[in-house]
Amino acid sequence: MNGLPVGMIFALSLAAYSTGAFACLVSWRKPTLARYICCGAALAGAALEGLAAVLGILQGTPVRWSISSGIPLFAYSFNYDALAGFFNLTLAILAGAVSIYSFSYLKEFEGKRNIGFFGFLFHLLLLSLTIVFTAANAFLFLIGWEVMALVAYGLVTFYHEDRETRRAGLLYIVMAHIDAGCLLLGFALLMQVSGSADFASFRAAAVHLSSNQQAAAFALFFLGFGIKAGVIPFHIWLPAAHPVAPSNISALLSGIVLKAGIYGMARIFLDGLGVLPSWAGLLVLIVGVASAVLGVLYALMEHDLKRLLAYHSIENIGIILIGLGAALVFRVAGHPQLAAVALIAAMFHTLNHAIFKCLLFLGAGSVLHSTGTRNMEELGGLIRPMPVTAFCFLIGAVAISGLPPLNGFVSEWLTYQSLLAGFGVTGGLTRILFPLAGSMLALTGALAAACFVKAFGITFLALPRSAESRHVREAPRSMLVGMGWLTVACLVLGLGVTWFLPVFDALAEQLLGQRVGTNLISGHGLVLSAGVRHGGTVSTAVIGMGLLVLLLPAVLLVWVGARRFARRRGPTWDCGLPGLSEENEYTATAFSKPLRMIFSVLYQPRREIQAVFEVSPYFPKEIRFESEIEPTFEKRLYVPLKDLLLRFATQMRTIQAGSIHAYLAYIFVTLVLLLLFGVRP
Amino acid sequence: MTGMLAKAGLQLLLLLVVAPLLSGIIKTLKARLQTRRGPDVLQSYRDIFKLFRKGMVIPETASWIFSATPYIVFVTAALVGLMIPMTTTDAPLSLFGGVLAVVYLLALGRFFLALGGLDAGSSFGGLGSSREMTISAIAEPAMMLAIFTVALAANSTNLGEMAKVAVSQSWKFLAPSQMLAFAALFIVLIAETGRIPVDNPATHLELTMIHEAMILEYSGPYLALIEYGASIKQLVLMTLVVNTFFPFGLSSDWTLRGLGVGLLFYFTKMLLLACLIVLVETTNAKLRLFRVPELLMVSFIFGALALISTFLF
Repeated sequence: MNGLPVGMIFALSLAAYSTGAFACLVSWRKPTLARYICCGAALAGAALEGLAAVLGILQGTPVRWSISSGIPLFAYSFNYDALAGFFNLTLAILAGAVSIYSFSYLKEFEGKRNIGFFGFLFHLLLLSLTIVFTAANAFLFLIGWEVMALVAYGLVTFYHEDRETRRAGLLYIVMAHIDAGCLLLGFALLMQVSGSADFASFRAAAVHLSSNQQAAAFALFFLGFGIKAGVIPFHIWLPAAHPVAPSNISALLSGIVLKAGIYGMARIFLDGLGVLPSWAGLLVLIVGVASAVLGVLYALMEHDLKRLLAYHSIENIGIILIGLGAALVFRVAGHPQLAAVALIAAMFHTLNHAIFKCLLFLGAGSVLHSTGTRNMEELGGLIRPMPVTAFCFLIGAVAISGLPPLNGFVSEWLTYQSLLAGFGVTGGLTRILFPLAGSMLALTGALAAACFVKAFGITFLALPRSAESRHVREAPRSMLVGMGWLTVACLVLGLGVTWFLPVFDALAEQLLGQRVGTNLISGHGLVLSAGVRHGGTVSTAVIGMGLLVLLLPAVLLVWVGARRFARRRGPTWDCGLPGLSEENEYTATAFSKPLRMIFSVLYQPRREIQAVFEVSPYFPKEIRFESEIEPTFEKRLYVPLKDLLLRFATQMRTIQAGSIHAYLAYIFVTLVLLLLFGVRP
Repeated sequence: MTGMLAKAGLQLLLLLVVAPLLSGIIKTLKARLQTRRGPDVLQSYRDIFKLFRKGMVIPETASWIFSATPYIVFVTAALVGLMIPMTTTDAPLSLFGGVLAVVYLLALGRFFLALGGLDAGSSFGGLGSSREMTISAIAEPAMMLAIFTVALAANSTNLGEMAKVAVSQSWKFLAPSQMLAFAALFIVLIAETGRIPVDNPATHLELTMIHEAMILEYSGPYLALIEYGASIKQLVLMTLVVNTFFPFGLSSDWTLRGLGVGLLFYFTKMLLLACLIVLVETTNAKLRLFRVPELLMVSFIFGALALISTFLF
């Protein structure tokens, strides 16, 4: 009885998504109707899903229900615990925002593209994500995972007439299947030990895992979930695939589909494999640091607004993994309290990144919708025609840069605190890793700030750089409402962080058996503390208030002083030359030049300058400048791998003779081998 | 609550009064060391006062970001000033934000200052923003390592707590880890406050300017707010360095006697640090922009060594 309302509401949300999917497909001939169904059903599903998640988290006890399928090892079993509820809540927040946003966004598809089919894929994506987050059976999980990958492929290649899009889609689907293969092997290994495909049985059987089996399972799952989450060096599909999708889908892909990888890691590493040894935690931590730093460094070199955001997803996944890795290390070192703080930092950053990355992608989508270009070098001055989009994007930019008093700051602060605590609890030289990781996190944060000064400053400020960005109109109202909702979420989660901690407390209790929420809040519920004695304290609410209060003297000073003279508008200083034009503006390439020079070891930049002149080389008529950086991972790792694979495939061609007799022989040999393997005592 | 507000008010007053004085002292000292007469110590007040009373010209290309930036720069610097211990170990708002909040609030100010630089639409602004964000980004890891070293010794990132621990072991700065951390933080201080050899506050040459390039389009009261904010930021960072490493004379409560002694010690320490900065500024030439990362790398290595030596010694 207890679990009934949550289960009912959850089932209703699944029903809303599935009905929406087929209703969209059926109404594909009537685009407007399909658009209404697509957005309406998704909004309803998201609302129900959010309600179920809130109830489930407040209720505290996990809800399980299972329907037997009649197939051995497979059952439709769901487990609605705190972790599932948390990811469902995140999904619901984003799905709600995206469905409101899509209402106007999809309008331009009418008459050009099949909105019915889009809606079908969109609903299936939400449905499969929900199943992934709640499945309690390995096969159900894998089915959800595979549907998610295929549907995401359909959405990534939605603009399939573009060659770039098709290539990106191909890369994505190949990587998605490598990760699915790893997961299948990992689950097979666990099933072999536990004899069942149920997640609960994995937990029970974890004690029987030998250390080698545990290590192998860890490696397989880390590879599988790592590819999905886009950690470096498995990230190459991410900056290719996310930008080419329609913008509302990019927002979901970066916001929540990547988080499926994080969900899997949290579920399996903390719950399914027993207590992992500390090298596993350190590996996660180090991979996290590498992803964070390299992700932001590559983001800095991008001038495509959506690719830039995609690289920032890699960075933020890295920050999440730093927290998760620290939690794993603390758990095995016997400090469950600290592990809980680190886990809360990671999960809070998961939620925060989902929200502000979705917001930023929707903002970039509005820019693309209005101007038709993603290239920052052709944008500029959009803050005047598009004030609301600009404001929302600015809030997202401040939040993702980890600046107070918004939500990004809070989760990064918690991550710092757990890293600092890590120095005290681990022995030997590994302890030095924690403060070093902290300093790399500081580098990441500062570079992210630089990158978003570029992204916001070049796109929205100063003068328009091309005709497309000169005559633009603000995005339609529903798109603004979708972004506004996420902007409010950024503000509320930042300023009111202490209200939301109970959500994470339930999570920490489920995964680590520790409630630390009460230690994390002090000072009349306004102050967030590090959860350890002495740690540190911060209060975004007071910082927010302080900023507002101190504004008074500043305003007063300016008001008293400026009263005597009117403020005047004048031209910007143009060195005495007639008229400042957009050609005098700093470009995105120029903005990132110092960092390109400083990190040239990594980037291996190549540039080409051609000057066209008539009389003297000192008075060029026109200058062509081309600059590119070396895609290190593609060139050094993936191209050799691909070549190796192709060479292997060429050699394998000799046995693919095309003769039916040969194939029959192969089948026979395989069968015999399998039988021998199967009946082996 | 009222006690906290009173303390905050007092400290704000102290910040607003001392910040221009410190800038003035540094300028005067520097001039004297270069055998120039230089402006007198009170000139900074006059400059700010004058600017507040001037009219201002706002670029035609600028948006509301341009106008919001001076307020944000000023407000973040002032708020940070209330979080650090100046004369007593407990700062008015130290409970609400430790050293991490200080670093990130200053970064918030810098974020908007860089946007303000881009907003005017001239190349100078963009050039300044780009350089400022680059240098601050590579200064950040060094700063964090040095701060971590101190925070680990104090077992807290709360500045009040850190100051208390520092006071209880006044001579701790002689430990190798503290000396190395001080060296690291001193280099970062030079970079963050935009002084030679990283940036030259007196230049308006496009090849060399960083901070000045960003604020080139500001005038009148807005410029005054930014200059005021920058001088408060300088005061705050110097106070941070002085009071974490040399906590002499920090009183533990807000009594009149404690404050008096605290102020006396505070001024002496700040004067000494100012002398050190002036000495560095006068004996060094400004570095080329692409040599600055090397300097900051040195600072990073000092920080890493400081960290390692905390558990060696």
